[in-house]
Amino acid sequence: MKNVVRRAGWAAVLTAAALVAGACGGGGGGGGEGQKASRFSVALTEPDHLTPGATSSSYSITVLQAIFEPLVEIDPKTGKPVMLAAESITSTDQKVWTIKIKPGQKFHNGEPVTAESFADAWNATAYAPNGWTNNYYFENVVGYEDLNPEEEGAKPKADKLSGLKVVDPNTLEVTLKAPFSQFPIMLAYTGFAPMPKAAFADLKAYDVKPIGNGPFMLDGEWQRNRLIKTKAFKEYGGPRKPKSEGIDFKIYASRDTAYVDLRANKVDLLTTIPAANVSEAKGLLGDRFVSTPGGTMDYLGFPVYDKRYAKPELRKAISMAIDREGIVQAVFNGTYKPMGSLVPPLVPGYREGICGEACKFDPAKAKQLFDQAGGFTGTLNLYFSNADPSYEQWMQAVANQLTQNLGIKDIKFRKIPAADYLKTLREHKQDGPYRNNWVMDYPSPQNYLESMWGAGNRMGWENKEFQELIEKANSAPSMEASIPLYQQAEDLAIKEMPMAPLWNWQDQAGYSKNIENVTIDAYSANLDQITVKK
Amino acid sequence: MGRYVVVRLLQMIPVFFGTTFLIYAMVFALPGDPILALAGDKPLPPAVLNALHDRYNLDDPLIVQYGKYIGGLLQGDLGETFTGQPVGELLSDRWTVTLQLALTAWVFELVAGVALGVIAALRRGGIIDTLVLGGTTFIIAIPVFVFGYTAQIVLGLHLGLFPTSYEGDWPGSFILPAMVLGSFGIAYVARLARASLIENLRADFVRTAQSKGVARRRIIGVHTLRNSLIPVVTYLGVDFGNLMAGAVVTEGIFNLPGIGQQVFQSIQLQEGTVVVGVVSLLVLVYLLVNLLVDLLYGVLDPRISHG
Repeated sequence: MKNVVRRAGWAAVLTAAALVAGACGGGGGGGGEGQKASRFSVALTEPDHLTPGATSSSYSITVLQAIFEPLVEIDPKTGKPVMLAAESITSTDQKVWTIKIKPGQKFHNGEPVTAESFADAWNATAYAPNGWTNNYYFENVVGYEDLNPEEEGAKPKADKLSGLKVVDPNTLEVTLKAPFSQFPIMLAYTGFAPMPKAAFADLKAYDVKPIGNGPFMLDGEWQRNRLIKTKAFKEYGGPRKPKSEGIDFKIYASRDTAYVDLRANKVDLLTTIPAANVSEAKGLLGDRFVSTPGGTMDYLGFPVYDKRYAKPELRKAISMAIDREGIVQAVFNGTYKPMGSLVPPLVPGYREGICGEACKFDPAKAKQLFDQAGGFTGTLNLYFSNADPSYEQWMQAVANQLTQNLGIKDIKFRKIPAADYLKTLREHKQDGPYRNNWVMDYPSPQNYLESMWGAGNRMGWENKEFQELIEKANSAPSMEASIPLYQQAEDLAIKEMPMAPLWNWQDQAGYSKNIENVTIDAYSANLDQITVKK
Repeated sequence: MGRYVVVRLLQMIPVFFGTTFLIYAMVFALPGDPILALAGDKPLPPAVLNALHDRYNLDDPLIVQYGKYIGGLLQGDLGETFTGQPVGELLSDRWTVTLQLALTAWVFELVAGVALGVIAALRRGGIIDTLVLGGTTFIIAIPVFVFGYTAQIVLGLHLGLFPTSYEGDWPGSFILPAMVLGSFGIAYVARLARASLIENLRADFVRTAQSKGVARRRIIGVHTLRNSLIPVVTYLGVDFGNLMAGAVVTEGIFNLPGIGQQVFQSIQLQEGTVVVGVVSLLVLVYLLVNLLVDLLYGVLDPRISHG
């Protein structure tokens, strides 16, 4: 039995390899023009799941964006939502939202895409026993508690969100617990993609061969650690019509190997060039090297509940003693961008350098402020996780700068196992500045401000005015109207500085000589636009 | 002989339970909650956390967790990974790759190593001997990953002689990784074979054979080479385990989806069931290979018997 399975597996791999070779390996013998399949390959790290509700991994999302059509997508220029599967998303009170779905859309298996497809997928995601990671995105929907009992071992009272109502096949009504003006932009996230009825017959099988409604469809099952093969979906009627016949997502365990393969033109697109190779890649790839500002930010958080860090002046002094530009050059090869605001540039409402001198490197002023605040006694512990060696590198630079510029001599590193790190922060066990990282879910200042500075934050920072401003912004009549309110909240968080911004990540991508029309933005690699050179 | 084999096989049962338990306990002892780590920087609501803890028995004490694992194992269920893949499927998939790699490297070691050693021994002090000694010292001194990346860039990328990464076919995708993986072994086997053969060529029975007028070819082929191979075979037996364990680095460099990669990832994710499954099989293969080696001794040198 085992042998049969093995052989079948191998046959599949061999066929796949032959196809990949055929796709990349030029004309070969005999084939005339147009014979060559216009397929290309994308380097990927093994995803965790391919069910939209079950994954928040960026690798999965790269694939899901190709095989699913969310309700909206984000315009990279304005950061505003553009309708995709939805015809309109409206609300009068920011609490009850009406989503109209474009009629006539189809899943890859021929099923129509209806309001129910969305309701089914969202209910499954919000249902705790499924254990899907995007569950918390539905916290704000009425009825969430019935699906997610707090106590251990308790059975959920319901398996459907009472706040979701299918009005007719093309209309879905969502009732939120509190007004939320940013709701439409949140829907661009792949976690809100629809699922067909066929999925629920066998969710496990669906996870390795998801049926979506996007421009590409899976061609065979996900071959774990090897390949995810897709082909253009012929009946796709949306605006993202594929310009190629299919994409092979080649899975790499090491980005270094993927980079070598990109240089050898063996893989066509790599969206994560290792930082160490960036300067070389710029020279080697020329125009085929693309750097895109992303939504990911690094911060230095302070344990405000610790008396020694209670004064905003001291926290500002530490922020001003850090040479962000120097660290970015030394540790990240200049690929990240030093930040003087709490939200990154691509988020609507971003104001350059709004943090002012509090985020500028000024050792003299920092020392002055530091002494005014009464200095610092005891050991300064710096917290970070062991997930990546670069954390320790930049923390060491921070430590050196604090010693040099503020005269703090007794600095210790607290390197916490990755699996324990967030628990440490959540339970407020850190007694010193810590690394805080945020990966954007959707481009709204709310996603940054409320998630990191809002109620129950890791710094233990409490500010009623801030909280009220966020609530007011969340219930603002439109997204435009919400921005000034979020900005006021940002000003407050900067004034008190419970957490200092450090830098914004930039994504470094490169592509091979085989493909053209590569347009990568912060939200998507726009794989549908890519064409294969003849 | 038969009795000996049976006893050795029976000995593997306690070893199997011992290793599985030890490995399970070690993964269990790793700090932190693997489920929380899965969610990354994003929050995981308590109800979801509980559901996932239940699914992977993470709330149970060590003994109960291990008991459930063994219970499943006896029914042929090896559990599943955090991404929902059955461990049994994963093992057969990944072991195929690693076995192909390790065996290819092993053949390299055996053929190239013994050949180099014999040639060097027969031309002792000559140019070839000096080259073999110098070359092998050099290879032993280089860390595998340096050798691996260099081979990948030079032979794969610049000269285009080999694929730079896994393409799914044997032997194409395996030759370069196997050479890298086996390089240390080739050097070691060559030196062992050389030293052992030189020593045996000085033995009394060789002088006797020479004086009796036996042909040199027969002296080397029949009287000395066979028994000279005993230390080589011992080494190769032990090394088979090393090859599979050493595959962690080589598989990483050449993107071969084998068990080395898997163990590395699973330890990071604290996937107890996967680590136990992979490593226990590793132990079993190691034991079996060593049993084979012990049996081979008798074939190579009739003076050793397992009566």
